[in-house]
Amino acid sequence: MSSVISVKDVSKVYDSGFQALRGVNLDIRRGEIFALLGPNGAGKTTLISIICGIVNATAGQIHAGAFNIVSDYRRARQLIGLVPQELSTDGFESVWATVTFSRGLFGKPKNDAYLEQILRQLSLWDKKDERIMALSGGMKRRVMIAKALSHEPEILFLDEPTAGVDVELRRDMWQMVHGLRERGVTIILTTHYIEEAEEMADRIGVIRRGEIVLVEEKNRLMEKLGQKQLRLQLQQPLSELPADLGGYPLSLTDDGHELVYHYDSQSEHTGIAELFRHLEMHGIDYKDLHSTQRSLEEIFVSLVADSDQSSAAVEVEQ
Amino acid sequence: MNFHAVRAIYLFEMNRAWRTLLQSIASPVISTSLYFVVFGSAIGSKMVAIDGISYGAFIIPGLVMLALLTESISNAAFGIFFPKYNGTIYELLSAPVALPEILLGYVGAAASKSIIIGLIMLATARLFVDYSIAHPFWMLGFLVLTAVTFSLFGFIIGVWADGFEKLQIVPMLIVTPLAFLGGSFYSISMLPPLWQTITLANPVVYLISGFRWSFYDVADVNVGVSLGMTVFFLLLCLALITWMFRSGYRLKQ
Repeated sequence: MSSVISVKDVSKVYDSGFQALRGVNLDIRRGEIFALLGPNGAGKTTLISIICGIVNATAGQIHAGAFNIVSDYRRARQLIGLVPQELSTDGFESVWATVTFSRGLFGKPKNDAYLEQILRQLSLWDKKDERIMALSGGMKRRVMIAKALSHEPEILFLDEPTAGVDVELRRDMWQMVHGLRERGVTIILTTHYIEEAEEMADRIGVIRRGEIVLVEEKNRLMEKLGQKQLRLQLQQPLSELPADLGGYPLSLTDDGHELVYHYDSQSEHTGIAELFRHLEMHGIDYKDLHSTQRSLEEIFVSLVADSDQSSAAVEVEQ
Repeated sequence: MNFHAVRAIYLFEMNRAWRTLLQSIASPVISTSLYFVVFGSAIGSKMVAIDGISYGAFIIPGLVMLALLTESISNAAFGIFFPKYNGTIYELLSAPVALPEILLGYVGAAASKSIIIGLIMLATARLFVDYSIAHPFWMLGFLVLTAVTFSLFGFIIGVWADGFEKLQIVPMLIVTPLAFLGGSFYSISMLPPLWQTITLANPVVYLISGFRWSFYDVADVNVGVSLGMTVFFLLLCLALITWMFRSGYRLKQ
């Protein structure tokens, strides 16, 4: 699949001396939903801001489509729509006026039918003549998305799109994002809601302290890093585990009614069959069983924690 | 050239003026009209003529120029400052627009508004004072040139300002005093020689003198010098704005 955004060796040092990005390399594939995850201050917004032209990079090259974002910024920027993290709107303007302005600003001729379609999709059509300041936070967020889509971008950046948005609206937005992807729009989103990335993303990138720590297909990432748990609901509760089961990664929960076995789903030898034979030998009977996988949130936390530990180790060595 | 963007910015800014008609247009016209009433009709009739021109008529170009300067500056400064203040500047910075398009949109709208105000003032003045325009073409030329130049200056202030106080400081503490001391209400030939020389350091003198020449064919300084100084200030503003955008000064990190 071809790259629609190519980031090569991009660094950013702010005037304060703070290094926000350190030699970032990243390729975003055309038509995918890419989730960029990272703790606060990791460099997510700086990277997006550089690609969109709001912040200047200290070093490196970025292409959007086939266009360099500095030397061919007009054509590069026409491809991009941005929904920033902050709710920044022209409060005194009407919804219609602000989306019309955005379309013109990005060099597109008037197209009221298209703007109507966008506003209808975002449930904003009946609010089109209202001043933005009179809208709720969620509605303002929709207005910002409408503005970003007003010039028919091929690439859409959503920086924390559902921050402060209620569950219903969040679900609506997820639906809208999937709809956009079906129309061929490439979507790059940053989010604090890991479930959002889990729900929507095709690929996931993790950034920490200005460095890309990992880029992986979401499903492969979850398979690769996803430890599984096998939960057995016991017929009779156990007060303690038989001694010869001590070698297994087993634990008793729910007052001895549940036995939890941790295993790696990618391993050739999961040990499940052996465990079942041992349980049978000890006459431990179960009435139900199910397996669960680690959530993306747990994976993300462990990735960031691992990265923290390795950084700390490097700092100690230095 | 991204003409759609120029049109979008221009119409957006003009719509703001129409939406706030009382504040944007009626307010400056009414306050300047009070000068026409007080100094033109009431006190002016008791004053001696200057250079053969009745006092009421003499002050009209200065008063229009005073309003033109302050309105051009505040319109343009507010136009670019407000997106910075409310955060919507991100859209301008991420749009496929270059500096000339941004200036045509913001400065064009600010200058248009102040030219409209200037023309309304001239029409209003006619209700109170009898005056003539010797060189209508040059009068319009000075009006447009001054509006554009000081809208550029206002744009610089808008980019520079990081709060409402700074937005007001330059127009209130520098431009208004310079306009009052630049011959709005008197001819600088009425000043003692030393003050005449000092006054020539005031750039507003050249604007008012040139504008008054277009009305009555009399000027404190040569009209060519007035024109040259105005163009020089315009180019200076353009150079400063170009630097601001290239360096990202107070716009980009």
